[in-house]
Amino acid sequence: MSLVIYGVINSLILALMAIGFALAYSVSRVPNFAHGALYILSAYLCWIFLNELGLNYVLCIVLSIVITAIVGWLIYELVLIRVRGMPTSEIIASFSIGVAILEFLRWQGLRGGTYTLPTFAPGTIYLLEVPVDLQRISVVGIAVLVTVLIWLFTHYNRIGLGLRAIAQDERAALMLGIGSDRAASIALALGSALAGVAAIVILPLGNITVTTGYEVLIFAIAVCICGGLGSWTGTIVAAFVIGFAQILTVSFIAPHYQMVVALLAVILILIFKPSGLFGTQKELEERV
Amino acid sequence: MTKETLRRKERLDRGVKVRADTIYAVSSAKEALFLVAPRAVLIVGLLAAPLIAPNLYWQKVICLIGVYALLAIGFDFLAYYTGLVCLGGAMFIGIGAYMAGIFNMYLGLDPVVTIPLATIIGATICTLLLLPALPLRGVYFAIISFVYPLILARIICATNILGGTDGLYDVDILLNVWTNQYLVLIVVLLCCFGLRKLVNEDIGLVLRGIKDNDQAIRASGMSITHYKAMAVFITALMGCFGGAYLAHLYGFCGISLFAMDFSIFPLAATVVGGPATLVGPLLGTIILIPISETLRAFGALRIVFYSVVIVLFIIFWSEGLLNWGRRRYEQFEHWVRV
Repeated sequence: MSLVIYGVINSLILALMAIGFALAYSVSRVPNFAHGALYILSAYLCWIFLNELGLNYVLCIVLSIVITAIVGWLIYELVLIRVRGMPTSEIIASFSIGVAILEFLRWQGLRGGTYTLPTFAPGTIYLLEVPVDLQRISVVGIAVLVTVLIWLFTHYNRIGLGLRAIAQDERAALMLGIGSDRAASIALALGSALAGVAAIVILPLGNITVTTGYEVLIFAIAVCICGGLGSWTGTIVAAFVIGFAQILTVSFIAPHYQMVVALLAVILILIFKPSGLFGTQKELEERV
Repeated sequence: MTKETLRRKERLDRGVKVRADTIYAVSSAKEALFLVAPRAVLIVGLLAAPLIAPNLYWQKVICLIGVYALLAIGFDFLAYYTGLVCLGGAMFIGIGAYMAGIFNMYLGLDPVVTIPLATIIGATICTLLLLPALPLRGVYFAIISFVYPLILARIICATNILGGTDGLYDVDILLNVWTNQYLVLIVVLLCCFGLRKLVNEDIGLVLRGIKDNDQAIRASGMSITHYKAMAVFITALMGCFGGAYLAHLYGFCGISLFAMDFSIFPLAATVVGGPATLVGPLLGTIILIPISETLRAFGALRIVFYSVVIVLFIIFWSEGLLNWGRRRYEQFEHWVRV
């Protein structure tokens, strides 16, 4: 039973990590390789606000998420907008921005166990006789909340509908007066904010380290590739597949192999169904 | 009312360049010199570098330049001639180094044998590992090549095979500092000019076709996976040679050879030197490595430096050094009224 509960929690953690990347990619078609760096950046900012400036925890959270969103928006407006449509430069530019942020933080002294965020609520409850701490419960709650909010936003809000239109058919959306660049910058800002939300919910469970940044990037992209790049349903389903696979390896084989599981999942998907679990309509253009 | 003048820059080939493209190149000393001079400067400059280097430290730096240049040229070849962005230069270095270490320590082979053996076997392993991502275009190759070095380093740490976190530290050291330098410099020159030759052959045309329009290549009845695998194998050969050479240079191979430096540096060298030129990355390496050596005291900040350089060049000067230099060398420009 504990396998099922922790499997669900782990899957939702992966989904939270991936959903920002998926949103930014599906709208702008720019793979944001700085995703993991933004994740760590927001947690680090939150830690700074909390410990160096001594602000209120809620205020810290809001501030760090907003700043991360602005950083994501700036990354698009200053850099990615100039290389959009050139896949090689897109990857090189966003990857180097991510590396620059992460390695700068490493140089700042971000290592070891000193950097931790406080949990929202201490304590443990029993779900079907399995002990689960309240932080993990709040991860579940916020993951579900974020998913529902994004669904509502993209189905009932004017801007959100615009984003979805760009994601589905950029040219048709342009003809209807939806600015592609504006949509992409909003998507990148939103994606970065979601990375921030994920960091602040998930990181109280562990330490803020630079390696985590790279791992989050890998997990996010692995989930998105398995689910089919650009498909939001696929992202959630793939998060559950990889999440459960990871929990099973952790409990039956060894705890070091979470990343190997993600890589294996990507390789198997690439061999057997390259468009991903739910990316059916793009199969022809991506499988070449 | 302001007088509006619209001007544009007009570029024309120099006369000597036009003549050098034709039969004049072999019949006139000036045109022959025009063609030979840049190449000669590069070759003579590289071969003279070990003689000019003031002390052992800078001679080691020359060896490093050679290794990084191999990675950078390989990255340029893969990214701008085949369309595969490789974020895992560390994978080639690491696998090559560990292969050399295994052959040397467990089988007791001589470096003369281990380096070629490690180059070929390491490149084969790398190509096989990357094979699943090759049929597709897009981010797949980039992310898979980025994951491998991290995972391999982690597996070696976790399972404690091959020396675990300590690494293999009893690898034979190549002692003669002159053979060290000339070995790697000659390999760099061979790879550089060899690849320039290769991309102008038929296979180069096919590879560029894959980059621009892979459906057309497929429609011509050629397997793009096959050709991409060949390109990856060539790059892996260069990277694995660098790795095996590094292992014997330091007498050590450990998980530090899977480090981020090897993955991000080729990008920086290529973007600075001029993408899609194959000599540009070499030039970028020659400029960046001495700068980064003087920054050695800052540790991890060097990677930040590379990344910032990449971003700045992509935004403000995306043609890079060599493309710019080549234009100035072959063309003259002046303003004309529109």
